Amino acid sequence: MSEVPGYVPHTDAEMATMLEFLGLGSLDELFSVVPEALRLVARPAGEAGGRRYLDLPDGLGEPDVLAEVERLALANVACTGWGVAPDAGLVCFAGGGAYDHEVPQVVPALAGRSEYVTAYTPYQPEVAQGVLQALFEYQTMVARLSGLAVANASLYDGASASVEAANLAAAVTGRGSAWVSTGVHPHWRATLATFAAGTGLDLTSAPLVGGTTSWKTPPAPAPAAVVVQHPNYLGCLEDLAAARRAADELGALLVVAFDPVSAGLVRTPGSWGADVVVGEGQPFGTPLSFGGPYLGLFACRLEHVRRLPGRLVGETLDARGRTAYVSTLRTREQDIRREKASSNVCTNQTLIAVACAIQLAWLGTSGLRELALRCARATRYTRERLLAIDGVEPLVEGATLREFAVRLPVAPAVVVERLADDGFLAGVVLGDEGGTGGDYGEGLLVAATERRTRSEIDAYSEALAKVLR
Amino acid sequence: MSGAVDGPQPGGRAASAPLLGRQAEPTVFELSSPGRRAWSFRSSDLPSWQAHELVPPEHLASEPVALPELSERDLVAHHTRLTSRQYSVDLGAYPLGSCTMKYNPKLADATAGLAGLARVHPAAPAALTQGWLELLVGLGTSLAEITGMSAVSLQPPAGAAGELTGLLIMRAHHAHVGGSGAVRTKVLIPDSAHGTNPASVTLGGYRTVTVPSDHRGCVDMGALRRLLDDEVAGIMLTNPNTLGLFEEDIAEIAQAVHEIGGLVYYDGANLNAILGVTRPGDMGFDIVHLNLHKTFAVPHGGGGPGAGPVAVTEALAEYLPGPLPVLSHGRYHWQTPSRSIGRVHGWHGNTLALARAYAYVLATGGDGLRRVAEAAVLNANWLRQRLRGHYEIPYDRPCMHECVVSAAGLRRTHGVRATDVAKRLLEHGFHAPTVSFPLVVDEALMIEPTETESPQTVAALAQALIDIAATASPEDRHAPRGTPVARVDEARAARRLTATFDARGQG
Repeated sequence: MSEVPGYVPHTDAEMATMLEFLGLGSLDELFSVVPEALRLVARPAGEAGGRRYLDLPDGLGEPDVLAEVERLALANVACTGWGVAPDAGLVCFAGGGAYDHEVPQVVPALAGRSEYVTAYTPYQPEVAQGVLQALFEYQTMVARLSGLAVANASLYDGASASVEAANLAAAVTGRGSAWVSTGVHPHWRATLATFAAGTGLDLTSAPLVGGTTSWKTPPAPAPAAVVVQHPNYLGCLEDLAAARRAADELGALLVVAFDPVSAGLVRTPGSWGADVVVGEGQPFGTPLSFGGPYLGLFACRLEHVRRLPGRLVGETLDARGRTAYVSTLRTREQDIRREKASSNVCTNQTLIAVACAIQLAWLGTSGLRELALRCARATRYTRERLLAIDGVEPLVEGATLREFAVRLPVAPAVVVERLADDGFLAGVVLGDEGGTGGDYGEGLLVAATERRTRSEIDAYSEALAKVLR
Repeated sequence: MSGAVDGPQPGGRAASAPLLGRQAEPTVFELSSPGRRAWSFRSSDLPSWQAHELVPPEHLASEPVALPELSERDLVAHHTRLTSRQYSVDLGAYPLGSCTMKYNPKLADATAGLAGLARVHPAAPAALTQGWLELLVGLGTSLAEITGMSAVSLQPPAGAAGELTGLLIMRAHHAHVGGSGAVRTKVLIPDSAHGTNPASVTLGGYRTVTVPSDHRGCVDMGALRRLLDDEVAGIMLTNPNTLGLFEEDIAEIAQAVHEIGGLVYYDGANLNAILGVTRPGDMGFDIVHLNLHKTFAVPHGGGGPGAGPVAVTEALAEYLPGPLPVLSHGRYHWQTPSRSIGRVHGWHGNTLALARAYAYVLATGGDGLRRVAEAAVLNANWLRQRLRGHYEIPYDRPCMHECVVSAAGLRRTHGVRATDVAKRLLEHGFHAPTVSFPLVVDEALMIEPTETESPQTVAALAQALIDIAATASPEDRHAPRGTPVARVDEARAARRLTATFDARGQG
């Protein structure tokens, strides 16, 4: 037996006493209901003699576990920042739905409090006011960022939020298709396609022309939703008025996948008439994390609240008339509606939503605007430096804000590989999205967040120029 | 502010912290004081272009989005006070049936905090992320061994996502092998199943057909056989089921479903009961999802993030969501299976949660995992035995990791319902069990002590439940007392919906 037997506190003597209380002679007898032929044995010391056992190593002590996971962590090349020595990490110019923003220490300090970390879905509101109120505050901030009346308490990520938005639109309109801009993140579109196999949702693509979506050739029959990302995957600001018109002409809902950081500078999707707003909440409080857990933002007009997927927290009173919070409109949810539910979401991303709410409050009104401004400045400066290099061309001409795409005279994958040797994560390679490649042509998607300095950007553009020479 | 800075003004309440969370906490919006700030950024030395130079005029926001404005100190005080109003596993026993609220070892927190894992971009080339890919392959291999399956996708971010992924694999399999002309439209689910099962079935494009339970609380074999025809795509089972009972006929069930060309799906919600004791693959299951936030100690986070990997037999491996991390020629890379159903997540799944689970598997090991199941099942059976005579036990046979008792007797004698028992238990300092589920039991209390609660804690939990039954009175409908808030008016919340601070007063 290992020294740490599964964090089980029972001593052998205690186990024996408990078994005696049950009239059992051994732990094996607890499993007498499991047919003999299906049973494994404890791992034998010698030969198994034909008996099957779980073929995994014995448990390790904590220092050995930490040494092993640290070995794995050191086998990655992380991005620079707290905990990564500048000469050991990559200066990050990659975005494409995952951004290298600063996460202030106050976020892990608070979101890491074990009352938040080790609770579960607030089924007992009388002892869950902490999580419930934090989610209520999160919902309020997401609603304000999106410009819509109501936001849910989180979904898994931007991709899953897009799927739920399309399903909501289908339920509201009674229609079976969605018209999706090619400017929507290719992984999100791939996820939409995967789940459409079950719901039968028919997906039609609207092409990008000059960097923004063309809504000129609407599909027939009319779709449930017009889905657009703003700024889109190539970083271009979309014409949301045109998207709204397209939706109106078809009687469809307008679903806007927005960037919550850009919301510090640009008009809210709600102000353009969006019916549903989705987004990736990772930029607020979540490190790059190799892609998860991230945060699906989801907001909609009040008229659709009874079709809202996932949890929703509402304010109410307790029996003594004091303000209290509780999961509400529960009859929408899968555990009550069962096969009639329009979403199966149960466990979602509460802790990530709480982290998001903490970082948004840390930023405040002025900080969000400052963050968006700094990202836009860094991106503008990076773009000007890169376009000054011989052979670097903009991939598309549309106005960009926090990210942009360039065409290079050398294969982008090769550029990324070479620049890694110089200490840069040069960007996201376009056409490498798996399944949806070819939508944009070959290119490199480059993002610069508020963490990028002038000297980093200068060094990056010089390294790129050297590789292209 | 009107000159005065004392009294219940916004901002600056940090010094008057209530103890034990009995006092209401203002919202962060009420604590806001215009112009106050916590933020700071890296000095960047970049040209200071202004907003109108960076954003086309039609896109420029006319006014900034209003967010709370407070000092870091006030923000810390706010959330610290909120957490004083929150129960958690770290505080005490959390016997919420079917949720496996076990202790979450702190070494997993340290793992998730490693910069070499947390600061890695998901689109970085595989050559730069070999450690991550090795970790994912290591976890997938371990989960395959634990479940007795051949291949694993780690992408699904939660149990329900894993269920739907499994059903889409089922659908892809039938579409591919099809041929007989029969269209498979139905998925069978026991009447004791979790609500996510039928919801996932609908989203998977199938129709739910309910299989009744028999007098043992298990699948009624006769009824099952009558429901099996060539329109059945498969069956979804939780084993042990939601009554905490092992489906003894599982091999026979699997065989019967396989005979009509259907697939057998394992809902891993209750896997904790059988770790190292028996495996879904050996029982005849084709598709398995796991809840790493239950069985593998990933903290539940107040309702996520979790992780819901899907494991399948060799015959179904080609349908798994991709890309998958694979090892070949000594290097790890990404590969999408030939008939993959596609992506089910924006990136590679809830990776930092996966890293936590891997640390737990390493620390626990094959020997420890079996010990987990033994202690979990021992605790649940001891509790069931201890509660005998105090609560009705509807299916009175040895249980696995959880037991379901009924408060129907208390309702008859005192008008006290399962919910009231749950609220009374909060007064005793324990979290409540799952209430009113499974639906097949009247006034159900579904209790899962988990393996990490000591015999003394389980005894104290049992004593609290016994005391509650012994002192039951109509007054219990007003429980709980002494909690941060009293019984919450859920009906009012729905009737006068106030889901944001801005909707206050509009409900």
